[in-house]
Amino acid sequence: MEFDFNRNHFELFGLPVAFDLDAALLESAYRQLQGQVHPDKYAHLSDAEKRASMQWSSRVNEAYQTLKSPLDRAVYLLQLNGIDALAQSNTQLPMDFLMQQIEWREAIQEAARSSDLTALQRVEREIAAQTQAWRERLSVELDRQHNLEAATATVRQLKFVDKITAEIDDTYAILDN
Amino acid sequence: MALLQISEPGMSTAPHQHRLAAGIDLGTTNSLVASVRNGIAVVINDEGGHALLPSVVRYVPAGEPVVGYAAQACQSLDPHNTVISVKRFMGRGLKDIKEAANLPYHFVDAPGMVQIKTAAGIRNPVEVSADILRVLRDRAERALGDKLTGVVITVPAYFDDAQRQATKDAAQLAGLNVLRLLNEPTAAAIAYGLDNGSEGVYAVYDLGGGTFDISILRLSRGVFEVLATNGDSALGGDDFDQRIFCWVLEQAKFPELTAEDTRMLLGKARDAKESLTEHREVNITALLASGETIDVILTAGEFNDITSSLVNKTLAPTRKALRDAGLSTNEIKGVVMVGGSTRMPRIQSAVAEFFGQTPLTNLDPDKVVALGAAIQANVLAGNRAEEEWLLLDVTPLSLGIETMGGLAEKIIPRNTTIPVARAQEFTTYKDGQTAMSIHVVQGERELVSDCRSLARFELRGIPPMVAGAARIRVTLQVDADGLLSVSAEELKSGVQAAITVKPTYGLADEDITRMLQAGFAYAKDDMQMRALQEARVDAERLLDATQTAIAENGTDLLSAAELDRIAAAMNTLRQLIQTDDAHAIKDAADALNHATGDFAARRMDNSVKQALSGQRLDTI
Repeated sequence: MEFDFNRNHFELFGLPVAFDLDAALLESAYRQLQGQVHPDKYAHLSDAEKRASMQWSSRVNEAYQTLKSPLDRAVYLLQLNGIDALAQSNTQLPMDFLMQQIEWREAIQEAARSSDLTALQRVEREIAAQTQAWRERLSVELDRQHNLEAATATVRQLKFVDKITAEIDDTYAILDN
Repeated sequence: MALLQISEPGMSTAPHQHRLAAGIDLGTTNSLVASVRNGIAVVINDEGGHALLPSVVRYVPAGEPVVGYAAQACQSLDPHNTVISVKRFMGRGLKDIKEAANLPYHFVDAPGMVQIKTAAGIRNPVEVSADILRVLRDRAERALGDKLTGVVITVPAYFDDAQRQATKDAAQLAGLNVLRLLNEPTAAAIAYGLDNGSEGVYAVYDLGGGTFDISILRLSRGVFEVLATNGDSALGGDDFDQRIFCWVLEQAKFPELTAEDTRMLLGKARDAKESLTEHREVNITALLASGETIDVILTAGEFNDITSSLVNKTLAPTRKALRDAGLSTNEIKGVVMVGGSTRMPRIQSAVAEFFGQTPLTNLDPDKVVALGAAIQANVLAGNRAEEEWLLLDVTPLSLGIETMGGLAEKIIPRNTTIPVARAQEFTTYKDGQTAMSIHVVQGERELVSDCRSLARFELRGIPPMVAGAARIRVTLQVDADGLLSVSAEELKSGVQAAITVKPTYGLADEDITRMLQAGFAYAKDDMQMRALQEARVDAERLLDATQTAIAENGTDLLSAAELDRIAAAMNTLRQLIQTDDAHAIKDAADALNHATGDFAARRMDNSVKQALSGQRLDTI
């Protein structure tokens, strides 16, 4: 049996295909696999082996990064079910969610304008709490209810929040200088 | 004959040969070479007992360049031809070098990398670095008694692709086989972690002569995992010297200076900085070419004032790295200090204050990087270490592609574990469009013009389709050296369009060939001899690698016919090595490489299966 390079990320690490995931198990499987394929193990061997190792090691890193991040993991699970959750054409976002986004954005901009680190940290904490709630919802929608439509909507909201988190990082960088 | 033994299961080939490997710290101010001898990493001294080699190269009209202390002694007598801190020019164009106006060199603004006109002709930074590397190679080979199989060369973690490529090119030019480019803070962490059996999250604060790195690493159960790295590849001890130099000029009411004066005063500034590590104040005196004398006293307090903004410039990247790692200072178990510039008391107190703990300085900050590189080189060369460890490093800067409106679309974000490959799909925007221009950039800014341009290439031969119908997949691959390669294909038609990658910075392969040849232009025989030697060394390496692979699992993974084919290719190559035909040796090596291609892929599959099953395949 030839090993299938295309088997999915979960199978690669010998994990069940599900949103809920044992982070410690993922990490130990990742380390074990990377320990076998990492280019450092092949540095003294032929170019063909070096190339094969780089490809495998890249593949293992990609799979690990995808599964480690709850958002990326959810997007990937939906993708395995034939759904491109982040496609432009996908469902509208609810109004109350959009209002919340605007509120957060304004709070971040205000914190940047007045160089208010405490205010920025407050928004960050609020978003972190909300993100946790969304993740718990995803777990129910994906693993228990198998409601892919609902999960897609949640994923899209999480993606928005992800962008706002990046804005917070940028603002921290600006306040640093 | 060795090959007959291979087909007998359970029998290994010739006893494992120890391969000579070294770690090289190619520093802005000083360079070092270290190697593992009898299981212990040691720095290799020169014949005068010096561990450090000043990274100074003096070019003279006829003859070999002078490297190290002898060149350093001439730096203010012959500033135009004596190149110091060349690391700051690696992979850089003239417009990147902010301090160019204050430097004594005759710069030549070449496309790509800057060049310097010297008494020995025009030199680029890669060539100057290769001159330093050659001295270290010779030192190591003399001490170890044979040719080096390979080396690990360290680079600042925050070096971008152009700077890394330039470093690798320099090594190639110096006739070195690069096993890996290793990030300096990571090298330090290896030396430190293995020495102390540490576990937990550590910060490595590395302030060298010309570069600053901060890396946050998690050390656990044989894994060195870089969580985040940041820095400034144009900030180091040199800048502190420059501040003192400017202060002295201000005190002396801006006297007229010759190039010799400038170099001499910069040397005095450096001495003063070093003296302030031990003393409360220092007297700076100098006699200028004009006959004017300078006599000023610099106190530690004044020094701290004029350099406080430099200290702060190291703390901003430190904060960024911590945030990227998702950690706060109280989660850091220890702070390892690396680089000669961390000897400055003000740096130590600033770092202590920032992290709320006394930084670790029990390893010599000048040597720790070279020692770590030597330990890693020993493992990469295939010499088994007592314990095995896994090194997971990251890419320091985001990689992206230019999109409409001059914006950079990030494809691989900073601090992504390497190696990494990521693809992005693009489409045509005009009906019948058959070509597409792709521009790869590196950096964190939104506008392409604020990022570093790495490569531009055209994808040609796209079949004519309506706008938006073509699907062009561009793949960025960053290897374990942190070096980028790019490929592209049109998916819909299945047409593999050819691409050419033109490095915006750095040197093309032809440049390297030209430089290799230029060095031997006066003696054609030498050139041929060198080509032959290189072909032989490469062939030996390949034979060795193939032998190792076959010994490990040749009988498990290859049919008898396949084994025979590989054995035949090996025999051909072995016989040809004895001849003087470099071309034939190369062709035979290519043939062997080709014959083992499938074997390599199967070996990888096998490794993966073993990892998954958690047991050796042959016991199943």
